[in-house]
Amino acid sequence: MNALLQARQLTKHFSLGGGWWHRRLTVRALEWVDLDIYPGETLGVVGESGCGKTTLGRCLIRLIEPTFGEVFFRGENLLKLDRATLRQRRREFQMVFQNPYLSLDPRMNVLDLVEEPLRAHTDLRGRALADRVTELLERVGLAREHLYRYPHEFSGGQLQRIAIARALALNPVFVVLDEPTSALDVSVQAQILNLLKELQVELGLTYLFISHDLSVVQYISDRIAVMYLGRIVELGTAEQIFSNARHPYTQALLSSTPLPDPQARRSRIILPGDVPSPLNPPPGCSFHPRCFQALPVCATDEPRLIDVGDNHFVACHRVR
Amino acid sequence: MREPLISVRDLRVQFHTYAGVVNALNGVSFDLYPGEVFGLVGETGCGKSVTGLALLQLIPPPGEIVGGQILYCGQDLRTLPPAQMRSLRGGKIAMVFQDPAAALNPVFTVGEQMEMVIRQHRRVSRRDARRQAAEMLRAVGMPDPLRILNAYPHELSGGMQQRVMIAIALSSGAEVLVADEPTTALDVTIQAQILDLLVSLKKERGIAILLITHNLGVVAETCDRVGVLYAGSVMEMGPTTAIFREMKHPYTQGLLAAIPHAERRGRFLSAIPGSVPSGLQIPPGCPFHPRCAFAWDECRNEIPSLLPVDEGHWVACHLYGRGRR
Ligand SMILES: Nc1ncnc2c1ncn2[C@@H]1O[C@H](COP(=O)(O)OP(=O)(O)O)[C@@H](O)[C@H]1O
Ligand SMILES: Nc1ncnc2c1ncn2[C@@H]1O[C@H](COP(=O)(O)OP(=O)(O)O)[C@@H](O)[C@H]1O
Ligand SMILES: [Mg+2]
Ligand SMILES: [Mg+2]
Repeated sequence: MNALLQARQLTKHFSLGGGWWHRRLTVRALEWVDLDIYPGETLGVVGESGCGKTTLGRCLIRLIEPTFGEVFFRGENLLKLDRATLRQRRREFQMVFQNPYLSLDPRMNVLDLVEEPLRAHTDLRGRALADRVTELLERVGLAREHLYRYPHEFSGGQLQRIAIARALALNPVFVVLDEPTSALDVSVQAQILNLLKELQVELGLTYLFISHDLSVVQYISDRIAVMYLGRIVELGTAEQIFSNARHPYTQALLSSTPLPDPQARRSRIILPGDVPSPLNPPPGCSFHPRCFQALPVCATDEPRLIDVGDNHFVACHRVR
Repeated sequence: MREPLISVRDLRVQFHTYAGVVNALNGVSFDLYPGEVFGLVGETGCGKSVTGLALLQLIPPPGEIVGGQILYCGQDLRTLPPAQMRSLRGGKIAMVFQDPAAALNPVFTVGEQMEMVIRQHRRVSRRDARRQAAEMLRAVGMPDPLRILNAYPHELSGGMQQRVMIAIALSSGAEVLVADEPTTALDVTIQAQILDLLVSLKKERGIAILLITHNLGVVAETCDRVGVLYAGSVMEMGPTTAIFREMKHPYTQGLLAAIPHAERRGRFLSAIPGSVPSGLQIPPGCPFHPRCAFAWDECRNEIPSLLPVDEGHWVACHLYGRGRR
């Protein structure tokens, strides 16, 4: 199958500080990421805060400009597009954010919020526009009576439904879901996850599902990319990651994620220390200072992401 | 029979806001025993934090405790003189919060803050206080206590700050630790470190821990007993295994069925319809009835009381009312 989206050597560095009296600092947010995303799949991205998940999502749809690397959408290099063509393509990508309280303008009512992208990018007006808005709202489980209400009148779950309706307005093919349920309670999270699954099947959507919560990612994803300090350290099907994790970091992540089962006592891998700063990542494998299986080579050489069989990729010197 | 260290009886808390009276707690009762982790779990706004604050008599205005008792060593904390309550708080009863940075004083080093706490509760020299502080930091698993003593809070990561908070609780000789979402702001590998530490404090020092969390995974892995809160009422309470394996209340069942995990892949989750009620408008009768698939007339009119269904396992639901089991 042909990939819908391909990232090659995708890299994003942020500069901090500056001025003549300060040394400029570089945040290595994303380092050399190669990734293929296939049509209709949900690719989960998991890792701890600051590991570069959001940066990856934004670079993939060119919401921010990568420092280096390429992104191909249906074979076309997104980073080489001129403004007009990019604007055209943009309709095909959407993003849903973690905090709908921040991502929705509090001064606009639901009708305005959902209408906005349609007015900006389509010729729909009058009756046809109103019909499309109602159709979208009904599709995400809201009713006509909600049309004239403002964001503060809704719960977090309902706001996320509005954000999803907005994202779907222009019939996108690829949606970046950046921690879409992380601010929600578990009973409401289930409603939103179900809705996202239904919409995917119905509309043939491809998702990049970003979360720090491995349980959610395992539930929703077909394939999973595990990130650590700006790099993908393991990539495979949800099954491969769940029952045959090969990278020590993935294994630690799996064993640290609390399960809702008091009898599932596993021998827990407790990693020492904290995640190092991306301002000053350790040399070699960036995970080696916390790794319980580190070899001397890990402190000096950076492991490459290699296929260990059946498109299961691992970046670890222990895994050959 | 073990004696509870703290007994909360029929606790009621209200907030008087411009929008009206918020009924934050509507008759909450539970016991906390030495050497156990009791989990208080529930969704946003159900009253977890208010319960923790009430234990320490720290309900901020416009809130007030309007009924019930909080018994500690046979004494009702509500009637304790403020001076005695102050020495108990941060002494025998300590609290750690979700955001340790806000609880630590940014202008003093960790060592200075710990010395102050130690010398408030014991007559010791500064040097001895400092030695004890270093010991406590080592006890909570700090790799380099002497360096940490000289560090300011902002120089430490969130996980280290939380360890410092726990070390401060230990250095004041706490018997009871109220931990309100202590790991919610931390990454999961760091959360695992802190939960491990809490469990070891319980085992090795017999500390009673009230662990407040919205995370059912955290509850399953660390708590001995659990209370499930909904709209300011305890819906179900019992040993952790009973709650996760033989849950009786439709709300507990719904909550557990809604959790996404690997084994539920490819299936829809069973979501609870609707959303949590606001404290301004708690439904009459059973507060869960508008979202409950089993609700009938009785549920709409009568508040169910918490009744035992098994050894130490209590449920507040008309399905299990008198004569119906
Ligand atoms: N606009 C920015 N300027 C400077 N640093 C940034 C910016 N955005 C993100 N970063 C840094 O890049 C790293 C990766 O961030 P992010 O992609 O947001 O991580 P995640 O989503 O996994 O939590 C972090 O260290 C973050 O502080
Ligand atoms: N300072 C306050 N003013 C008004 N209402 C409050 C205040 N603090 C808490 N509440 C209300 O009390 C109820 C319980 O809140 P809380 O204990 O913080 O919930 P949680 O279970 O999320 O910790 C909620 O309805 C909340 O709105
Ligand atoms: Mg992010
Ligand atoms: Mg709270």
